[in-house]
Amino acid sequence: MLAKAIHSLSRIGDELYLEPQEDGLALRSVNSSRSAYACFLFSPLFFSRYTIPLGHAFRCKMAIKCVQAVFRSLSSLEKTVEKCHIELDGETSRLTFTLHCKHGLLKTHNLSFQDSESLQAVFDKESCANMLRAQPRLLVDTVLHFPPSLEEVSVSVSGERVWFRNHVDDEAEQSKAMLTELCLSSDEFDHFAVGAQTSITFCLKELRGLLVFAESTGLPVSMYFDEPGSPVVLSVTDSVLEVNFVLATLSDDSNLCNHNNNTKRARSPPPPDDFMTDDIDSYLIAMETSELAGPSDALAPRSPSSNHTLTTQPSAAMRSLERGEEEEEDTEDTERPPNKKFRSLFFGSVCPSDSQLTNQTIKSQEVLASDSEDDTQASLP
Amino acid sequence: MKFRAKMIDVGCLNHFSRVVNTISKLTKICILRLTPNNLYFVLSGKVASGGVGMWCELSQANFFDEYQLEGVAPDANEICLEVTPENLSRALRTSQNAKCVKIKLTKKHCPCLTFVAELPTLSSVSRVVTHDIPVDVIPRRLWHDFKEPRMPDFDVSIYLPPLKTMKNVVDRMKNLSNFLVMEANLNGEMNLKIETDLVSVTTHFKDLGNPPWGDDGSQGRSQSRDPEVMAHTRVDIRKLQQFLMGQQVNPSKAMCNIVHKRIIHLILLHEDVSLQYFIPAVA
Repeated sequence: MLAKAIHSLSRIGDELYLEPQEDGLALRSVNSSRSAYACFLFSPLFFSRYTIPLGHAFRCKMAIKCVQAVFRSLSSLEKTVEKCHIELDGETSRLTFTLHCKHGLLKTHNLSFQDSESLQAVFDKESCANMLRAQPRLLVDTVLHFPPSLEEVSVSVSGERVWFRNHVDDEAEQSKAMLTELCLSSDEFDHFAVGAQTSITFCLKELRGLLVFAESTGLPVSMYFDEPGSPVVLSVTDSVLEVNFVLATLSDDSNLCNHNNNTKRARSPPPPDDFMTDDIDSYLIAMETSELAGPSDALAPRSPSSNHTLTTQPSAAMRSLERGEEEEEDTEDTERPPNKKFRSLFFGSVCPSDSQLTNQTIKSQEVLASDSEDDTQASLP
Repeated sequence: MKFRAKMIDVGCLNHFSRVVNTISKLTKICILRLTPNNLYFVLSGKVASGGVGMWCELSQANFFDEYQLEGVAPDANEICLEVTPENLSRALRTSQNAKCVKIKLTKKHCPCLTFVAELPTLSSVSRVVTHDIPVDVIPRRLWHDFKEPRMPDFDVSIYLPPLKTMKNVVDRMKNLSNFLVMEANLNGEMNLKIETDLVSVTTHFKDLGNPPWGDDGSQGRSQSRDPEVMAHTRVDIRKLQQFLMGQQVNPSKAMCNIVHKRIIHLILLHEDVSLQYFIPAVA
């Protein structure tokens, strides 16, 4: 299940944020434009043994591809792995995954990580006006009707029914695109509570990650949403696990905004689709990326990458500030993981932990123009 | 202009889907002609499509339970649309186990073919999937381009070998050359040949049989023909490959007419569908 969670998260963003908490191990990821966030919270009961470092809280992040490599093949995992041991080595900044397999085979993966700020989306499921719960099969079947390339889906609800429609964003495409609409009645849902007739639009891609996970576990999926603009929360819960996917939704006035954000995006890896970069303001979900107070300061002189809070409808003044910060964040994120990983593994040296580097240092590093450059750098023999 | 049709039988639905799938593999855009008795998927052999022509005829009664058509005018009771078969294919794919599928010509933001499928569910209310596929209406003055093609005066007519075998052969040949020569004679022999600077490969098929055409103008010509002599045509191999790739069902009859150095005319007959494909010769 852990492996499935990781594969699921990999469809959201490039990095995995790991945070052992008292209430469990939280694995989180967010996409580059901050419009989709996912969190898998495994309660201590899920593990046969769960010990967290006492004292300061610990958070780290690592390139998700590395972790995926550990859990690469789901079917072989199921057959051969008896035990999985995850251990943190603070000294060398390594997270060790040890897979105890059949026949006494032991696979050890040492992954380096970076300390990171806490990643937590602010959302409140309970206060949402509308809630639907269904068996994953229903949603998977629904999604099947739409082409795999579909970016955005619109969900409309009324008292008795739900409509899923493909959303066509571009004016130019409107006359050419095929429109598909699926209407489900409330009977098909385990739970159907609709406050008022609403319609929201969000990105389907990220949702597929959750659906794959839910279908393999057979747990029902709950969908909480409000009016357009406020995020939709999809969650899967059982006794040992709580999964939340928070996706930004298109707000009503987004149609008026222009596409001037695209140029700024050139430096980060291309986001999955224009939709995401299009109108950041309406798509941003409320995020709180603040450092935990107190002992965390001792951990890493990683300067508080600011307590910036990005809200769904920020004021104009905030926007430019956030964009600036967004940009930094993203360039950091995109450059560091691959470099660091290769250095650690191939050169055997311990990076004087990028975790010690401050934001300033990061900025003074060569800002690479594009991903491809990143790769060539990293692939040095 | 009005068009409404309904399909209830799952078998018909599947068959129709397969036909549409085949068409979608042959061409990106084609013309759909709707007449009171038949549906036609047409690709006229113009330069734009590389000279390839396609004519696929379906008898509507074999597929649809209900079929209502009001054409453009009382004396021209048919409708001509330009469609993207891929869209049709997609719409049908998701309605595989539908209780019923209705097709309507509608006008939403533009003229559309709307597919409405009712899917069975556990609850009392069934799921409804609606696909709106934008189409272009072809005006009457252009209809002459899309008439049924005349049977060419062929030199040889022969039954095709199993399509799968042909496809395998052609696939391998494609790696070696861009052009293929197809030749056949009235003794039931067919050869597929390619020739490059380094190598030439020929695949021989024997005992294929020659279809007996009835009282035909061309019959005269082929009757007096020496059965051993091959008629051959050189074509672009990719076009032949595309044709073979799209075939999903084994036809009841598959034959090929060759006009020496001019054109290959492939004819596939299923019970209620006929598909003709013309591949012109290249120099």
